Amino acid sequence: MRRSWRAPLGVLTAGLVLLAGTACGGDDAAEGKVLTYWASQQSPSVQRDKEILTPELAKFTARTGITVRLEVIPFTELLNKILTATTSGQGPDVLNIGNTWSASLQATGALMPWDEAKLGTLGGAARFEPAALQTTGAQGKAPAAVPLYNKVYQLYYNKKLFTAAGLTKPPATWDEFVTTAKKLTRDTTGDGKPDQWGLSLRGQAATVALHYAYILGSAQGAEYFPGGKPAFDSPPAVAGIRQYLGWMGSDKVVNPSDAENADWADVYEAFAGGKAGMMLVQTLGRTLADYKLSPDDYGVAPMPASTVAGGKDVGSFVGGTNVAVFASTRNETGAIDLVKFLTSAPEQVTLNTAYGTIPAVRDATGPAFESPEMKIARQTIATRAVPMPRVPQETQFETLIGKNVVAWLADTATGKQPTDAQISAALQAAAGKVSAGG
Amino acid sequence: MSTSTERGRAGAAPPGAGPAGPARRKPDSARRTAWRRRTPYLFLIPALLLELFVHFGPMLAGVVMSVLKLTQYQLARWWEAPWAGLDNYQVMLDVDQPTGASLLHSFLVTTGFTVIVVAVSWGLGVAGAISLQRMRAGRGTLRTLFLVPYALPVFAAVITWRFLLQRDNGMLNHVLSDQLGLLDGNAFYLIGGNSFWSLCVVTIWREWPFAFLMIMAALQSIPDDVYEASGMDGAGPWRQLRSITLPMIAPVNQVLILVLALRTFRDFETPYVLFGGSAPDAARLISVEIYQNSFQTFNFGLGSAMSVLLLVFLMLLTGVYLTATRRRA
Repeated sequence: MRRSWRAPLGVLTAGLVLLAGTACGGDDAAEGKVLTYWASQQSPSVQRDKEILTPELAKFTARTGITVRLEVIPFTELLNKILTATTSGQGPDVLNIGNTWSASLQATGALMPWDEAKLGTLGGAARFEPAALQTTGAQGKAPAAVPLYNKVYQLYYNKKLFTAAGLTKPPATWDEFVTTAKKLTRDTTGDGKPDQWGLSLRGQAATVALHYAYILGSAQGAEYFPGGKPAFDSPPAVAGIRQYLGWMGSDKVVNPSDAENADWADVYEAFAGGKAGMMLVQTLGRTLADYKLSPDDYGVAPMPASTVAGGKDVGSFVGGTNVAVFASTRNETGAIDLVKFLTSAPEQVTLNTAYGTIPAVRDATGPAFESPEMKIARQTIATRAVPMPRVPQETQFETLIGKNVVAWLADTATGKQPTDAQISAALQAAAGKVSAGG
Repeated sequence: MSTSTERGRAGAAPPGAGPAGPARRKPDSARRTAWRRRTPYLFLIPALLLELFVHFGPMLAGVVMSVLKLTQYQLARWWEAPWAGLDNYQVMLDVDQPTGASLLHSFLVTTGFTVIVVAVSWGLGVAGAISLQRMRAGRGTLRTLFLVPYALPVFAAVITWRFLLQRDNGMLNHVLSDQLGLLDGNAFYLIGGNSFWSLCVVTIWREWPFAFLMIMAALQSIPDDVYEASGMDGAGPWRQLRSITLPMIAPVNQVLILVLALRTFRDFETPYVLFGGSAPDAARLISVEIYQNSFQTFNFGLGSAMSVLLLVFLMLLTGVYLTATRRRA
């Protein structure tokens, strides 16, 4: 008799444990008093990001009584985390996104749209840099996010190497760029092989490869989504990619080993160590201080201009980070308040100074933005920067083209630079994949 | 359900009441034995249900996703994604189209990779285990040393390999061309055709300790007198290996090779870390291909369809392998 009820009791207990386990999934945060904020990693380390943001968010808490749970997420993980949160509906209240993802994420419906009234609480659309506002979602739709930090591509050059090569000023056009780079490519040890190069590239990163392909292609006059339809194999688009591959291939001004570079750190090291005379990178701010370079050691110039017929004056795409409110937030007012705080003029000054980025709002001014680097950056974003294609297939476009360009650079490094026909065929296939997927 | 009624019935019979006799007691004790036999299974039910849920839930979700047109448009309300039927499968199996061609390529790469990695890892494992078996001094130290690659976190281990294999600053090129002068002009190991071999070497380095560990455990179960007896009959070490050791560890080998093959076939971390997220064509394994299709191009339906295909393929492979090896045994 005793033995007979022991087993069912066990089953019952196990069942209860199970039930209790599922019941624990609820929200333990006090409603309206706590916001979760996913910040993207903007500085070289997650720790430094926390050190920069925590005191600022404390000010927000003091003002509103809302505690902010901060999570700093590297860009490589951010998109996956956002997609998971989108699927489950369990996400942060406020989050940073790479601004090129805006249109794609907007299509998921996971982000709260910023209509006139909501933008009004931030001071209205007119406060923001117009080019940056173009990175907030598809054309003609209410923005899915608002600009927070901006970056553009710029030319950085090593002054010492320039002087040694008898160069007095940075190149202004792409033709001059190649001539300059050739003068900087030298054999300094006398073993018959060059060990100082004109330019360093981050060859194995698909996102960066796509940036170059897009900037150079657009400067040649390429359109990637004419009429909203993907068409990647136009002659100027192919020419842009050829130009990029040519730096390593036909011009021989890039170390073939750069095809292996997976991180920016590889490029900065080559630049700081005198192994490369120039680099084309997004606004760096204080990054190079970590490589023991003072602002006197290097110069900053705008991206060279295109001189081809039918080309456009494009120096960069509008890079940067946007901030968005997750549609499933239970505290929309609080979330908007946090965005308002982050985009307020004083916070924009503090944060953009700390990160070395361009403020997203025009009323953020200060001595930090008077450096030559920042002046050129602000000038570029105002006049020579184009947004990434404002279509929901943008992420696919980035991935597919980027992947191809990385593979082509690897081929180039091993002495097999692809022909225009090969590039064109692969770009056409990529466009096919985008239409199939979209 | 049947258990509770049974219990009710057993409880309903008052103890000691009724015609107590051997005829009555016997079915009662039989029932009790049956009940006792069933008890462990009852205890297992919650765990089993949970296991089914945890294991088959995601698989089922994957199968459902594979017949949907699931892209970023439907992501937030994925349960409302339109029905795609077998469209995803058609796109993926059409090898004349870019998606299908790329999948087929990665499938072939993965197959070659798996065969090489399993064969070499197993060979090294057998060699290592047998040489340690005969050893007296330093056995423990060597065993620990051999197991290090298996114990290291994947990221730390693979990123170290990445440094070794770099063209300009990597140790491999430094040794091969600068010190030994074997190679003229530095070769690439992380891009181009060599990347496949780099991936194989790193994976073998990570996997062979597992084979070593399993085979070493299997060797412990072979009694020493078998070797002694065969030694007296004049069998040399080579003969002993072929006629005693290998046949006696065959059951372990059967499982070991299967587990190694399955793990290698769906390896993701090694290529992902070794090539910094964008694997070169020559080393693009099928799991990387699936990752790129679902997470980087936002086509989750297609990615799921590929996963389902991978699942079916591995299940078939397992089935065929088990049937074939069982018949031989």
